[in-house]
Amino acid sequence: MTETQVFEVRGLRFSYEGTPRPALDGVELQVAAGSLYAIIGPNGSGKSTLLKLLLGALHPEAGEVCYTGRRVADWGRRALAQRIGAVPQGEEMAFPITVREMVAMGRYPHLGVLGRPGREDQEAIEEALGRCDVTELAERPISRLSGGERQRALIARALAQRPETLVLDEPTVSLDIRHEMTIFDLLAELTHRDGVTVVLVTHNLNLAARYADRLLLLEGGHSAAEGRPADILSREIIERVYQWSVVVAPHPGPGRDAGAPQITPLTGED
Amino acid sequence: MTVRNSLRLLSLALLTALVLVVSIALGAADLPLRAVLDALGGGGEDPARTIVLNLRLPRAALAVLVGGSLGLAGAVFQALLRNPLAEPYVLGVSGGAAVGAVAAVVLGWNLYAPWSLPLAALVGALFAITLVLRIAARAARGFDTRVLLLAGVVVGAFFHALILLLLTFASAEAYRSAGLWMMGSLAAADWPAVLLLTAYLVPAIAVLLLMARPLNLLAMGEQTALYLGTNVERVKLASYLIASLLVAAGVAVSGVIGFVGLIVPHAIRLMWGSDHQLLLPASLLLGGGFMLAADTVARTAAAPAELPVGVITALVGVPLFVVLLTRRVV
Repeated sequence: MTETQVFEVRGLRFSYEGTPRPALDGVELQVAAGSLYAIIGPNGSGKSTLLKLLLGALHPEAGEVCYTGRRVADWGRRALAQRIGAVPQGEEMAFPITVREMVAMGRYPHLGVLGRPGREDQEAIEEALGRCDVTELAERPISRLSGGERQRALIARALAQRPETLVLDEPTVSLDIRHEMTIFDLLAELTHRDGVTVVLVTHNLNLAARYADRLLLLEGGHSAAEGRPADILSREIIERVYQWSVVVAPHPGPGRDAGAPQITPLTGED
Repeated sequence: MTVRNSLRLLSLALLTALVLVVSIALGAADLPLRAVLDALGGGGEDPARTIVLNLRLPRAALAVLVGGSLGLAGAVFQALLRNPLAEPYVLGVSGGAAVGAVAAVVLGWNLYAPWSLPLAALVGALFAITLVLRIAARAARGFDTRVLLLAGVVVGAFFHALILLLLTFASAEAYRSAGLWMMGSLAAADWPAVLLLTAYLVPAIAVLLLMARPLNLLAMGEQTALYLGTNVERVKLASYLIASLLVAAGVAVSGVIGFVGLIVPHAIRLMWGSDHQLLLPASLLLGGGFMLAADTVARTAAAPAELPVGVITALVGVPLFVVLLTRRVV
């Protein structure tokens, strides 16, 4: 294979201290440059843990995690932050700051401790605000944003990094249809137009099936399936992993993603 | 630094300079402003010259140094502990310093060697810092700031019990001097103390000011800080140690002066927001100016008697802060 792999994970095992079984065991994945890769699975299957391992916030017990061919632990934090933008889940800010102040922090990896922000930094900030549609909210305190606005502001901070790779942990949780679709459209545009590699964790199987080039389905810390959505999202696998009856039918269209497998969970009596 | 923020810092610096001139002009001896300015300019005649250069100026310089350190350390601790209630003494530094100082007073060391009191206070503060750090390191892998906060609070409580124990054995005279020390005073100021403190504080202040961006990120959350390129453990340890050392030196020379480190950073936040690139230098300047103003009141309000400056910082500072707090939504 000559394709460039952005993330490469081999034989990954990780356990949290004081827990009997590993949170992740034997997980493998390869994320190709410029693709959109989704990690799905039930609650507690290890999705967020895997993301933290990809980002170097946790360290593997066995196996390795590489970013562009080099182990994540061997990268300097700042060098990694110049390449990977991350949108973590649910961090509470200790003090009120404005959207613009927060998005400006996306430039810190490029500026270091002393560097003076220049025109390029200003442009990156404005562009990120614009693409996430939060320019009008720039002077507002983060604490006064709605859930969707806040999520877009967090993505804007990651885009201000001008990253080659974007990693997001449930970026559309608790968002309404329009806001959720806006974010998925933005992620698709970033991969297809700008060549950014996107890795995300999501609970929305149907959007993952429509937008992702490849999926990793986790089950209790193991990889249950990995591949293109149409190949792995079968009724048998979903029912086994999620322990719930579903029907799977192709997305009727219109749209370029017509035909993607769409999952409908059945009610308890069916 | 934007032009607007530079102007804000400049205005604070000018304000502090103005307070400095007013402070030096006021005092028990009634000096004409002309004589004060002459003395400051390097000329003038005695006794005005001696009073200004050897009594009022070193004391004013000490007030600015200690107040600035407390304001800056308060802002750093609030970011590090992600807690708006944090102040420079929250992690037990004042308790350790007070145990040292009270021991020196009760045992009568300070009667033979005046330097023994600040020295004992500094040793006590450094002991408290080491103790808190070791407890926190043993209780949690890595450097968990919630554990640090708990360790600091209980170590502080333990030290305060020790102080009360020491005081039960104190003579009436020693009891009174220990009590006065704990309320804070800048009366011991002289040039050697100021120069020594400057040499110690300036590098520490410089390093803390350089940590504005990492602290901005830490205040957002440790994960965010890591993902935006911060070496989180190193920043936490360095900011804790340096800010504590800053406070330790201030406590050693001036006793425990409360509220400056709590309300100064919040006053800046309420006016100008929480960007540490502005907050840190602004807290330094406002802390210095505020402490100087409070000490001027302490010296002059009931002259020739002197009020404890820690009482003034609370009596004046808290109502001012409440006005700010109720005018703006935090």
